[in-house]
Amino acid sequence: MPKWITQVGCPYCGSSCDDLEVLVSDDGKKVLETRNACVIGNEIFHHASNPNRPTRPRMRQEDGTVKEITYDEAIDYTAKALLKAKKPLIYGFGSTNCEGMSAVGRVAEKAGAVLDNCASICHGPSFLAIFDNGYPSCTLGEVKNRADVVLFWGCNPMHAHPRHTSRYSIFPRGFFTTKGNMQRTIICVDPRETDTAKLADIHLMIDQGHDYELFDAFRTVLRGHDIPDVVAGIKKEQILEAAGKMKNGRFVMIFYGMGCCHTDGRNHNVDIAISTTRDLNSHTKASIMAMRGHYNIAGPGQVWSWQFGFPYCVDLSRGTHAHMNPGETSSIDLAMRDEVDCFVNVGTDAGAHFPIEAVRHLKKHPFITVDPNICMASEISDLHIPVRIVGVEEPGVVYRMDNVPIQFKKVVDGPDGVLSDEELFDRVYERMCELTETEPIWILNRGHAHGSSTAEQ
Amino acid sequence: MKEKIVLNMITQRAIEEGQAMEKGKTTPEYFKACSIVEMNPEDMKKLGIWRNTNVRVTSEAGSVIVKAIEPTQYVPPGLAHIRQGVWANQVVPPRTQSTGTPQYSGFPVTIEPAIDERIKTALELVQGAVGLWKEGGN
Ligand code: SF4
Repeated sequence: MPKWITQVGCPYCGSSCDDLEVLVSDDGKKVLETRNACVIGNEIFHHASNPNRPTRPRMRQEDGTVKEITYDEAIDYTAKALLKAKKPLIYGFGSTNCEGMSAVGRVAEKAGAVLDNCASICHGPSFLAIFDNGYPSCTLGEVKNRADVVLFWGCNPMHAHPRHTSRYSIFPRGFFTTKGNMQRTIICVDPRETDTAKLADIHLMIDQGHDYELFDAFRTVLRGHDIPDVVAGIKKEQILEAAGKMKNGRFVMIFYGMGCCHTDGRNHNVDIAISTTRDLNSHTKASIMAMRGHYNIAGPGQVWSWQFGFPYCVDLSRGTHAHMNPGETSSIDLAMRDEVDCFVNVGTDAGAHFPIEAVRHLKKHPFITVDPNICMASEISDLHIPVRIVGVEEPGVVYRMDNVPIQFKKVVDGPDGVLSDEELFDRVYERMCELTETEPIWILNRGHAHGSSTAEQ
Repeated sequence: MKEKIVLNMITQRAIEEGQAMEKGKTTPEYFKACSIVEMNPEDMKKLGIWRNTNVRVTSEAGSVIVKAIEPTQYVPPGLAHIRQGVWANQVVPPRTQSTGTPQYSGFPVTIEPAIDERIKTALELVQGAVGLWKEGGN
């Protein structure tokens, strides 16, 4: 009998929904049906059973074709490439679990690598602003139960986080928000009339790239001063109306996204968003949250801060201490300055998501991709190592966009013989220790730290 | 009618892109979802093109052929949008303002009609950029 598995986590967007139900075939190998997932989540679970998925590492040959090799050979190649490089870069982690991130941390330390994650090209500016200005945030549960004025600034959850509005931010009924969306005022700031803007009571169609001015206008108004007739393309009356709604709200929630981080101003846009939140707190309660893109992209920030003291752009190449300086130790800048001589892409697709010039630079040196699927990075790699899909074939801890850890399940078995990220990187670490004739200290110690998380499944 | 038009480019997510990406970046779905530029009909008129015409988009970082379509989510005149992904990243400037994050949004591009030019596949663009592309695929 096929069986329904409940409370399944979805390994795609930062909403990290954990209420999915998945129907699994008799033999526990195939996903037949899903419930509660959005179209993207649904696609992931069905795609796992794709017969064309690679199940063995593939090494690129002289003539450009690829040839299957064993995991042992792939591990040996990776260990040697990392040891040989002066400054390898290990990047990615949009789509893997915290156990894998931690294993990669051990490899990176051994290799004297730079360790960076997708935040580098995404919410990195948020980190910079948070270091400078703090982060008055909350959980998505608090949003659901309390928020009656919700601002979406430069983010479009209807496309990027499809169930965010129904689970947390617009529609759900909560403890103090018993009437759901009837009780919430939605304000959207976006240069386009996005599908999220269409749901809003007030849409401020800002001139693209002028976010800082508009935040500044809000702060000025909230502090009781006058503003010009038009700011960032928005009429004064509209700004006053939106500011009034916020002041009179019982709990104001600001969600912001790439509209702030990807454009001129970067961290300064986020900085002033945080200051606006602080100002609002002298009128009512207000909170702010970054719309993190992937289901566990908050994870590396947590894991590496714990391991090394920094969330991203962690340079371990000095061998004595970790060092972080975005702009210098960030993946794109390192690539553009040709400062790295080996690239390992893990659980992401730098080939598709880096500006192409950065890809060209990285490709001058050994280029390794660790990812369950064929992607652009795998198709230009010297070596592609497939792994099990976290959340589908591999359990693990993930951090949702509000930094709440959630234990994700596995629902089906992975293809025979395919390793998890954690198993793969532990073996790379062990191989590096063998090659350098050093003690694999982290593996020896790991038993204690690790026992609890695997026992559960 | 002008030969070219300068617009302000943003590259952002779309649900079609997300779904197609999970299906696979070499699928026709991904090609269809991402090899397009959304622009206001007024700007198309200025450029003298119909909707669904191929155009060349050029930035300080490079250039790419995509299909110009009417916005699926309203885009005002002066602004253009390519969904995040392989085609967008042919023109995204890698400059980071010392933050690590490239200029994915808010950079000037020139758009000109390219009716007879072919839109390249994702694989052709990426493998082509690093000298691995072979006609007929790998
Ligand atoms: S909203 Fe995000 S986490 Fe939830 S099912 Fe859709 S893709 Fe998955």
